[in-house]
Amino acid sequence: MGLPWYWTAIIAFAIINFLLISASVLVYAERKVSAAMQNRPGPNRVGPAGFLQPFADVAKLLLKENIVPAMANPFVHSLAPFLMVAIAMTAGALIPFARGVVIADTDMGVLVLLALTSITVYGVTLAGWSSNSKYSLLGGLRASAQMISYELSMGLAVLSVVLMSGTFNLVDIVEGQSGGMAVLGWNFFKNPIGALLFIVTAFAETNRTPFDLPEAEQELVGGYHTEYSGMKFGMFFLAEYVNFFVASFFIVTLFFGGFLVPFEPAMISIFPSLDGSILLGAMQIGTVLLKAGFFAYLFIWVRWTLPRFKYNQLMTLGWKYLLPIALVNVVVIAIIMTVMQYL
Amino acid sequence: MFEDYIPFFIQLAIASGLSLTLLKGGELLGPSRPNRIKIMPYESGMDPVGSARQRYSIKFYLVAMIFIVFDVEIVFLYPWAISFQDFLAAGVGLEVLGIVIVFIVILAIGLIYDIKKGGLEFD
Amino acid sequence: MAGQILFFALAVTAIAAGVGVVWSRSPINSALWLILNLFCIAGLYLTLNAQFIAVIQILVYAGAIMVLFLFVIMLLNLSEMPSVTRFTIARLFGFFLVMGVLALLTYAVAAGLDVLPERIVPAAAAVSGSPSTLARSLFTEYALPFEIIGILLLAATVGAVIIAKRKPV
Repeated sequence: MGLPWYWTAIIAFAIINFLLISASVLVYAERKVSAAMQNRPGPNRVGPAGFLQPFADVAKLLLKENIVPAMANPFVHSLAPFLMVAIAMTAGALIPFARGVVIADTDMGVLVLLALTSITVYGVTLAGWSSNSKYSLLGGLRASAQMISYELSMGLAVLSVVLMSGTFNLVDIVEGQSGGMAVLGWNFFKNPIGALLFIVTAFAETNRTPFDLPEAEQELVGGYHTEYSGMKFGMFFLAEYVNFFVASFFIVTLFFGGFLVPFEPAMISIFPSLDGSILLGAMQIGTVLLKAGFFAYLFIWVRWTLPRFKYNQLMTLGWKYLLPIALVNVVVIAIIMTVMQYL
Repeated sequence: MFEDYIPFFIQLAIASGLSLTLLKGGELLGPSRPNRIKIMPYESGMDPVGSARQRYSIKFYLVAMIFIVFDVEIVFLYPWAISFQDFLAAGVGLEVLGIVIVFIVILAIGLIYDIKKGGLEFD
Repeated sequence: MAGQILFFALAVTAIAAGVGVVWSRSPINSALWLILNLFCIAGLYLTLNAQFIAVIQILVYAGAIMVLFLFVIMLLNLSEMPSVTRFTIARLFGFFLVMGVLALLTYAVAAGLDVLPERIVPAAAAVSGSPSTLARSLFTEYALPFEIIGILLLAATVGAVIIAKRKPV
């Protein structure tokens, strides 16, 4: 963008605060949705319908004691939650919210996203190692092995999108889906297997149920954050919610038309003054929020519906099913593209 | 171009600042009264048995090694994916597709070998 | 000018991190220094307009190979290395040898400074380092080496399994 750096900084600050507030709304939504699914009222004491509950939680976490276990490495013990939150928030820079409203519009957008995903593993690994607890170490090992296993299928799902779009730029990938009245042109319809693979691997990368083995309470207590308390625990919690919200945005960006308003070309042909107007920008932001909100709801919905995998089932699914399917999917798409070229 | 990445680094800086604020805020606002029992690593309420610094299964290491191989493979496929349409337009699409399929098949053999040898069994 | 300041900042940090890798007694600190080093190198690629290589550097080195290193540290639970302060002839000899190599390298770089064609990175570097340019040569001119890389990676996979799955004798 041609904006001066201080404007970029202000927008970046706004987006980070937006992610923070969204995370607290999602925490509240998760508790209310799970309560509704289990026929109980859920949080209803703090504020109207318990809406201020997340803020009360944050205040509580801030005022709690921060315990560092004996023999732990204090620096690495703090570094791990720091990395988790910093990386989760940085990924927000890549989300295209509307035409022209994206902080980092780079030619390597998709690869930067995958690079950020791949270094998220550090936070988990370091947290597990630094705590000097057996549960933490086992949880950290499991979590990092799971994340790297599913990263491959995620990379191949992204590759199939790049193959069709011919670009790494996230804004161009969104614009490439504008055919078919900005609905039927979605990559989801052209590449449904890739979309499903990306959604499944996004669940695994964010350690959400059914892939939440790293924190399987019954066997590993709290997983890699067993030995964290107070705000440091809160940071892992925050990172989880920001991660799956950001992942929802990327599912939408890559496969569900991103900020493209359905029937946008038709609307512009009826009202030509709409093109490039602030109203259209607002509609685009509203569209992307609505779409991402649906997938954020899906993350919550699945968590309270499906049981957790066993660890060997998880590794079998990742290596013996998803990875071969992802490879075949890429080859099939390439073959179809070639056949269409030569027809 | 390097300039394209400046906004990204601005976001990184602000995100790190927020993260540091949360970390230090929690440390400053909360009390700190450690005692021997409190800082004991959690082991279901018992005193910890032995050290947590023990050696663990090699299987995780194997997963990481196989991961590197396939990660590098996928990295080689990115340049192909981004320019496959150009290859098709230039009329060499079929040759390039053949080259890439041979590459993928070679690596698929590796994956099948790993699965058959039980390198990816977690029981 | 700003580009040169950036270059020197990144280069000095990269070297300092490299020194940190060998200086640290604890393997986890070495690993953290190495991560910092890898990120500085990625930054250097970025200043050279090689954005694809910069991202790949993070993706492969920081994202995959460093994870393997961290796994080793976690799985073997390497503890701090004992401090070695004993003075031997071999160490003295090694010191002078390393200093000699350093002097030679410094001389070579200093002698080459004014021979270098241009100090400023041309914008054309962004084109020659772009993934599509890379693809054009990788899949036409260098197709055979590309397949050989595939076989090399296959050998690496097979080797990893054979070493890890060897039955205890």
